[in-house]
Amino acid sequence: MMTNPTGRLTQGQFSFLPDLTDAEIGLQVEYGLGRGYAWSVEYTDDPHPRNTYWEMFGMPMFDLKDAAGVLLELRSCRQTFPDHYIRLVAFDSTRGIESVAMSFIVQRPRREPGFSLSREEGPGRTLRYTIRGHEGDKPEGERYRE
Amino acid sequence: MATALLNPTEGAVTDKKKRYSAGVLKYRQMGYWDADYVPKDTDTICLFRITPQDGVDPIEAAAAVAGESSTATWTVVWTDRLSACDSYRAKAFRVEPVPNNPGQYFAWVAYDIILFEEGSIANMTASLIGNVFSFKPLRAARLEDIRIPIAYVKTFKGPPTGLIVERERLDKFGRPLLGATTKPKLGLSGRNYGRVIYEGLKGGLDFMKDDENINSQPFMHWRDRYLYVMDAVNKASAATGEVKGSYLNVTAATMEDIYERAEFAHELGSVIVMIDLVVGWSGIQSLSNWCRRHDMILHLHRAGHGTYTRQKNHGVSFRVMAKWLRLAGVDHMHAGTAVGKLEGDPPTVQGYYHCCRDSYTKQDFSRGLYFDQDWCDLKKVMPVASGGIHAGQMHQLLDLFGDDVVLQFGGGTIGHPAGIQAGAVANRVALEAMVKARNEGRDIANEGPDILRRAAQFCTPLRQALDTWGDITFNYTPTDTSDFTATPAVAG
Repeated sequence: MMTNPTGRLTQGQFSFLPDLTDAEIGLQVEYGLGRGYAWSVEYTDDPHPRNTYWEMFGMPMFDLKDAAGVLLELRSCRQTFPDHYIRLVAFDSTRGIESVAMSFIVQRPRREPGFSLSREEGPGRTLRYTIRGHEGDKPEGERYRE
Repeated sequence: MATALLNPTEGAVTDKKKRYSAGVLKYRQMGYWDADYVPKDTDTICLFRITPQDGVDPIEAAAAVAGESSTATWTVVWTDRLSACDSYRAKAFRVEPVPNNPGQYFAWVAYDIILFEEGSIANMTASLIGNVFSFKPLRAARLEDIRIPIAYVKTFKGPPTGLIVERERLDKFGRPLLGATTKPKLGLSGRNYGRVIYEGLKGGLDFMKDDENINSQPFMHWRDRYLYVMDAVNKASAATGEVKGSYLNVTAATMEDIYERAEFAHELGSVIVMIDLVVGWSGIQSLSNWCRRHDMILHLHRAGHGTYTRQKNHGVSFRVMAKWLRLAGVDHMHAGTAVGKLEGDPPTVQGYYHCCRDSYTKQDFSRGLYFDQDWCDLKKVMPVASGGIHAGQMHQLLDLFGDDVVLQFGGGTIGHPAGIQAGAVANRVALEAMVKARNEGRDIANEGPDILRRAAQFCTPLRQALDTWGDITFNYTPTDTSDFTATPAVAG
């Protein structure tokens, strides 16, 4: 159990709120589509804060204009990876932005053990820090299983 | 006033012999006023608000501004004739009374691109806000806005990171970032200081911040602060699974000291350092280059700006400062809150935000933006709203500023009745609830208080914050507002 006030991983736009229902997720997807973003479903069992590249559950849905289609992909991802973290990511291709515009977690493992911090002493009281996921020692695909 | 403007066509003396005979000529006769001048695309254009002394013709005053901010001296010099002097003379080309402000005039002045060294804000400012601001025939002068030609913009590298890449490095998208300045500003030991950092970040803030006057005083040596702060940052990152940061202020007496502090921050793994405006343009540009070489985000605290930005009749508008700072190359700059304890009315502050974040800033008199400004793909600066704001204003802040802003709640985090972590939670919950509601199509400007109250039903810290500060506002009359809206003639 993580000890921050939410007791869980706080990445993404809405981790401090109660889990979004599918209807609420649909509203966020529609907001992004209305602004011309392309949605993508990503999953991982390695939520290290510097792990940028979660696995893509298919390509970003560039030509998809219907929130229901995104939710269909999300449900399919949930079925395939019931114990993984899943996030929805929206890309904005506007010149000068060309980056992620929205990102929020839509599935978590039942148990979120979090991370450890190790310190290696250096000269002059300096420390080198390493953050490791408590599940990180297990092989891919076997983490976060009950 | 009316008679003063009766003869706008009197310009340079064209007879060379008369123009260069020893003695004193009016500035407008020396070639600093040209009503027919059409600015070139490569010219810098400045809009000054001038208050001539009694009896001084406003056009002559405008010509004097052009003269004193470019090549002129008070008397005719024959050595002008050794140069292509006309191209070095800035040219006042338009003067209009400021509506509802008797005795004040807007003066437009154009400067040839040869006048400014490439990539040097220090050089540009030495001309534009140099001698001219002490010039006796003017009672007061203010640089209201500036159009910088793209040819000159392209001589600057701009922000070392930019707000887009900053978000990618921090892995934070689609919402304002949250910060807090560590309080009390002065007196905490390094150990106590790090405690505040840890609590704030673990509670849900993205950034903590050194205050502008925290450098290396007897109560806390800078190395001590950095070491404790970075332990707090890393612990909070592990506790939340998020990238966290704390702006380590590297401001110091000399550039050598500044580099030494920045190097240590880098060595310890900080993602961000900060500098105060008072170090000056060259110091800022040097540190900006250093940040580019070290993948470091550069936060600018605008300490001291109020000494020249606040008074409407004299000084430099912050929108000009914001443009210069973007060129000089900072990633964050404090740009006002509109609703907090510090100066700035909402449309004027929004104008500053445009200067930070636009790809192309459009003329908008209501926001004090007097010129179009093409930024030529220069990276964007993340504006920072800091000073007397709290969770109960979240709807106003999000509505005014959108997503690309750092909202800093110092007292509004650390002063929370249930502690710093609770303060951070209150702010983060209020923020996420407001972003979610806005995206769902809610009218947050009007429904904001209701959205906050509903979020407070599942979040005790937010309820406590609203109970403590919900009614606190700072409704004072702004001193610096745009006077331009009432002038359709000027808008044309």
